Amino acid sequence: MYGWLWRRLPGNTVVRLLVAAVLVAVAAAVVWYGVFPLLEPIVTLDEVTVTR
Amino acid sequence: MLRTVGELSITAGLILLLFCAYLLWGTGAYTGRQQPLLQEELAREMAGGPRLAQDRPLGRVRLGGAVALLRIPKIGADYRYAVIEGVSPEHLKKGPGHYPGTALPGQIGNFVVSGHRTTYGAPFNEIDKLRPGDEIVVDAREARYTYRVTRQHIVQPTALEVVEPVPGKPGRRPRRASITLTTCHPEYSAAQRLVVHGVLARTEPREE
Repeated sequence: MYGWLWRRLPGNTVVRLLVAAVLVAVAAAVVWYGVFPLLEPIVTLDEVTVTR
Repeated sequence: MLRTVGELSITAGLILLLFCAYLLWGTGAYTGRQQPLLQEELAREMAGGPRLAQDRPLGRVRLGGAVALLRIPKIGADYRYAVIEGVSPEHLKKGPGHYPGTALPGQIGNFVVSGHRTTYGAPFNEIDKLRPGDEIVVDAREARYTYRVTRQHIVQPTALEVVEPVPGKPGRRPRRASITLTTCHPEYSAAQRLVVHGVLARTEPREE
């Protein structure tokens, strides 16, 4: 999968590395700011109140 | 095919790691943005500034409003959190939350505050360090209340008696002002609750 993606990136190795780094950063930002805030309420590792 | 499965698994693992990092540090960014707003609100009210239209008669605090400034010298000289009214997840993301219906700072009864241990800035991460005699300082609108820790213990999540007006003694009529802090225990788990109790030691009225 990543090999296939790599071959589709344009330019020489340096350009490919840069483009790949940008793509990784974008993917990380999407999950960090978009997906994780939606998942967080489901993970109850920090319940602090007492309830019935 | 097998290679793709492997690559996807590694990717999933990395995303999971990133999610852990988000829980521990990313969530704190939100708290970090909200706390200055709450502390400003308190500072304004303490300074006797104009009251907002949705404000309440003295002594009552609307849900989501700032109740008081909490300081615990044992944890750090610069440790301060604005306590918010309410203990819903939305409230607790912004800072330690006061149980609505329990006593207000300095009042006879039990001033109960819950806070996160590991996420959202982790305001109560270190309350396990509190020992009997340590001070918990609560700056409310009208006065500064200094409580002294009396007891720390670990209870089940259903131990409602710790938030009673007389902690641990349901139905008893309170005769003194107590404070109770609750958070999760052990760290990174929701299995139990860590509870710290204290009683009012000193009241210093705010100078007008």
